[in-house]
Amino acid sequence: MLTNRSKLVVKKEMSLSERLYIPAILSGIAITFRHLFKKAPTVRYPEKTREISAVWRGQHVLKRDDKGAERCTACGLCAVACPAEAITMTAGERKKGEENLYREEKYAATYEINMLRCIFCGLCEEACPKEAIFLTDRIIETDYSRDSFIYGKDKLVEGVTERIDVTKRQTQQVLAFKQHKQLSHNK
Amino acid sequence: MTEFLIYKLIMCGAIFGITLGVAAYSTYAERKVAAFLQDRIGPDRAGPYGIFQPLADGLKFMMKEEIIPVVSNKFLFVLGPCIAMLTALMAGVLIPWGNTIVINGTAYPLQIADLNVGILYVFGVVSIGVYGIMIGGWASNNKFSLLGAIRASAQMISYEIAMGLSIIALVLMTGTLSLNELSAQQAGGIGSDWNFWNVVYQPVGFLIFLVCAFAETNRTPFDLPECETELVGGYHTEYSSFKLAFYLFAEYINMFVSSAVIATLYFGGYNFPFMNDLGLDHNMITTLGTIALFLKIAFFIFFYMWIRWTIPRFRYDQLMNLGWKGLIPLAVVNILVTGFIVLMTNN
Repeated sequence: MLTNRSKLVVKKEMSLSERLYIPAILSGIAITFRHLFKKAPTVRYPEKTREISAVWRGQHVLKRDDKGAERCTACGLCAVACPAEAITMTAGERKKGEENLYREEKYAATYEINMLRCIFCGLCEEACPKEAIFLTDRIIETDYSRDSFIYGKDKLVEGVTERIDVTKRQTQQVLAFKQHKQLSHNK
Repeated sequence: MTEFLIYKLIMCGAIFGITLGVAAYSTYAERKVAAFLQDRIGPDRAGPYGIFQPLADGLKFMMKEEIIPVVSNKFLFVLGPCIAMLTALMAGVLIPWGNTIVINGTAYPLQIADLNVGILYVFGVVSIGVYGIMIGGWASNNKFSLLGAIRASAQMISYEIAMGLSIIALVLMTGTLSLNELSAQQAGGIGSDWNFWNVVYQPVGFLIFLVCAFAETNRTPFDLPECETELVGGYHTEYSSFKLAFYLFAEYINMFVSSAVIATLYFGGYNFPFMNDLGLDHNMITTLGTIALFLKIAFFIFFYMWIRWTIPRFRYDQLMNLGWKGLIPLAVVNILVTGFIVLMTNN
């Protein structure tokens, strides 16, 4: 009754025109014939992709800072925040001479996201205090084996030269937050 | 004599090739039509617009594992699809695909054999077709196959009666059983020589014939022999690989042939409107007529698919009700009325 479209079923004898089937069949084929000329809403996927939002939550990226050093400090807040328990990592200590690779003394030696577990909620992105992990508008590619869906640092960390633009994901609140220069990671 | 043999061989080869080609592309058309009617695109990966899809499907059928169940009767298991395919192909022999082509003063009719009992032969061959399904389903030694086969035979026998009766009215009217003569009688059509197709004089007979043709070819809404929701795959549940392809192919060939028969009996065969007003030579008219016949056939094949995606499957008792209580009495009344009118007009 919510939609006011429910019909009361009446089990009555069919009238002659109903028993002949033909009027019903004719109206049926008229309906299907009209559909013959309707435009299919299909998007031929690999050739064409659907237009997706700038804040689409797709494949993650581990950002580097301006100098090209990895921002992630392996604090594990993303893994704690993750409701699907898709993120695992091990921490490593930065050695002398690696300052251009890792921004702080501690860094993620391994960082893995299981893309089959991930529900793309974006809580890791919210939890990250270092502006290190972001979701992007890239779609996870399909594959045949489960192992290939565990993305390691090789797939997650952005290239030094091929930076991934996440400025559209950074909302007003994020940008305002970054103005607080007293917070160490905004320096 | 050799000339005659060569002519017949060419005809046989051409019609065999065309039949298989049309059947193969009917599978493609089926999927495309289904897609369009449901606002989809359909197969479009194999070649431009997916036109190589039938080749891919055929290859797939060939590469599949051939399974013959150990509990089956092996000889009959193989025989079933062979009969289905054979009878499907045999029915096309009598269709007049066009008028005559005149080469060096000799007229070659575009028909393999012109029997004077043409329609009866088509009926006979189509009736044997049910043996293919029966034998295959029974030899599989599977409940679902057997149920499908029993359904198929009961359905085909029931609807053959109504189909035959609807033809009797047509025969009363035209006075011939030969398909070639039936086509020739409908020559001209709209134009200078005013002559309608048989469907104008026999609308009820046409309707009965059409419904029965759907039942005979096991097409929706009468596809109970292979109804997936109840019988897995019906009579071909146990079949795989090329034997399954034979069954499926036979269905499409039956569709093609029955479309050709409908077009010949009721829709003027190879005749088209204004054919005698164009002032073209005989061979040209024949060629255009053959194209017209194939357009009619294409329409009816489309119509088969169109109905398939419109009307849901009948329940079995509804099917039998419609056949025995609906179509057969209607066909008898049609014969009576036609006979009365023929008697009146001839006096």
